[in-house]
Amino acid sequence: MTAQALIHFPKKARRGEVIEIRTMISHPMETGFRRTQQGEPIPRNIITAFVCRYNDVEVFRADLFPALTANPFLAFHTVAAESGTLTFTWTGDDGFRAEERAKIEVG
Amino acid sequence: MDDGAAAMRSRGMTRRGMLMAGLAALPAGAALTVIVRPAAATPEAMQEAIRRITGGAPLRRGRVRLEIPPLSENGNSVACAVAVDSPMTAADHVKAIHVVTEKNPQPNVIGVHLGPRAGRARIATRLRLSDTQTVTAIAALSDGSFWAESANVIVTMGACLEDAL
Amino acid sequence: MTAFPREAFPRLRGEKRRPALAAAAAFLFALPAFAADIPLPDRRSGYAFMGPDTRAMQDDDTQNPATLAVLEGEALWARKAGAAGRACADCHGDARESMTGAAARYPRFDDASAGPIDLEGRIMQCRARRQEAPPLARESRELLALSAFVARQSRGLPVADAVAADARLAPFLERGRALFRRRQGQIALSCAQCHDDNWGKSLAGNAIPQAHPTGYPLYRLEWQSVGSLQRRLRNCMIGMRAEPYAYGAPEYLDLALYLAWRARGMTMEAPAVRP
Ligand code: HEC
Ligand code: HEC
Repeated sequence: MTAQALIHFPKKARRGEVIEIRTMISHPMETGFRRTQQGEPIPRNIITAFVCRYNDVEVFRADLFPALTANPFLAFHTVAAESGTLTFTWTGDDGFRAEERAKIEVG
Repeated sequence: MDDGAAAMRSRGMTRRGMLMAGLAALPAGAALTVIVRPAAATPEAMQEAIRRITGGAPLRRGRVRLEIPPLSENGNSVACAVAVDSPMTAADHVKAIHVVTEKNPQPNVIGVHLGPRAGRARIATRLRLSDTQTVTAIAALSDGSFWAESANVIVTMGACLEDAL
Repeated sequence: MTAFPREAFPRLRGEKRRPALAAAAAFLFALPAFAADIPLPDRRSGYAFMGPDTRAMQDDDTQNPATLAVLEGEALWARKAGAAGRACADCHGDARESMTGAAARYPRFDDASAGPIDLEGRIMQCRARRQEAPPLARESRELLALSAFVARQSRGLPVADAVAADARLAPFLERGRALFRRRQGQIALSCAQCHDDNWGKSLAGNAIPQAHPTGYPLYRLEWQSVGSLQRRLRNCMIGMRAEPYAYGAPEYLDLALYLAWRARGMTMEAPAVRP
């Protein structure tokens, strides 16, 4: 079963307009600070990094820590510079990697 | 979704292992959980985390607005937004925003890196708070200065919980 | 299945949580028990008792983590499964049409078990009989995703009066009502004492809601995941220090039927968010 992601931003924007991008992805963000009843530590399993690229240029990057919620939500802004593709990449523990792409039309 | 959102499924990696945690098909009535106390982060650990961010440069009050509720219904999810007063031009912009806490097991919550292409220095996310405590947001500006704001959040918790009492 | 501690972060100091229910018991004993139904115009969804931030999460699909389950359910809906090699969509078409209002009519009468069946049970049945696929466990990610997706198609619609529509449910409704009013568990509380007689009062810092099932399955911050109504009932039973029933037990179905009848005409809001 793949990680489920949700990306939300206006698909059409005016050149130079500042748009808000909202992202959410299914992930438990297991902190690594918990133990089972048997006393076994539950290994950390978190997303550690998120990157947003706009036509292959990095415009936003985040380092994530265990203190972010499960199914982490992150909203940020970017300038609608030109039409093209936004790429969103989440990477984390145990080789976790998820990528989304979405088109934006700038007029 | 039906609201015109660019909503998509990820073609990314599986998360089978972690799912198991979420399924929680727990045997009825079993006493399941223990609470462990890792070395708690301390105000000193938060100070140390701040030093790593600023490299010892002074933290100034102002320019940063930390939006976080003074009272949270559940420490598992506390809405948090940070906005920094900046023109976000090539010459004058916010380079990074960090959020740190005082009493979580580890002080860092998130660190984001941005620049003039952000257009606006504002982020929103949701964080976990282990207890009532102070949260601090720090902005690193392109001129090398650091600005911060702190807020105290009181955390209450659910009453009917899953673990045996 | 491995058991996991409840909190994302263990509490560092101040065991504030543990004594909550014991204190609550003392608190409730001091309060009157009326054994009367909430007048229909006074009914409020659990939403009405939440803080502004939790409401904001529910109000906006892009911030409601249960949306991830809905999207996943939508994908599963279209995926072929089982020996029959059929997807839900092969028989039911576009869920936005075929499933509109379906969740609002559950629990319904099920001929096979000659008793009430909930939405999850109904989906499990289709999975076994129509898809001939391996069963989905209660609270499994797939079942929650499918039920969240189906329930989403009833959002904004009124909860149907299933008992008025099918008289065979009447005896089960009475059983559900009796369960709701029965004192049980180590502190001898009934569901009704909290949810009929003392709703709106604060219990260990939390408002006691009226226990309407209009939002399920939903994302509970406490769980950090989506869960079903049965999981929620299980939590309350543990809170009452009563032995919870096994998932799928007839008692849960009777209770779910009674809760749905109690909420008849109220607005479906699945998948909701609760603290
Ligand atoms: C000691 C008081 C108490 C008792 C007894 C109790 N509950 Fe609850 N119940 C609560 C509280 C408080 C909540 C709100 C969630 C929370 O914060 O834990 C709740 C939540 C619920 C909800 C979720 C409502 C929503 O909006 O999603 C349902 C349904 C429910 N209870 C049903 C029951 C049933 C059925 C019983 C009996 C088996 C029961 N409760 C017994 C206190 C109680
Ligand atoms: C081979 C055809 C077939 C497939 C595949 C199938 N169903 Fe069904 N489903 C039916 C039929 C026929 C009914 C109604 C008659 C009955 O079985 O009672 C039904 C009824 C239902 C109902 C009850 C609707 C109501 O208004 O009460 C739900 C919910 C449902 N199906 C969900 C699903 C889901 C989810 C899947 C995929 C996991 C699925 N079905 C796969 C044929 C199918």
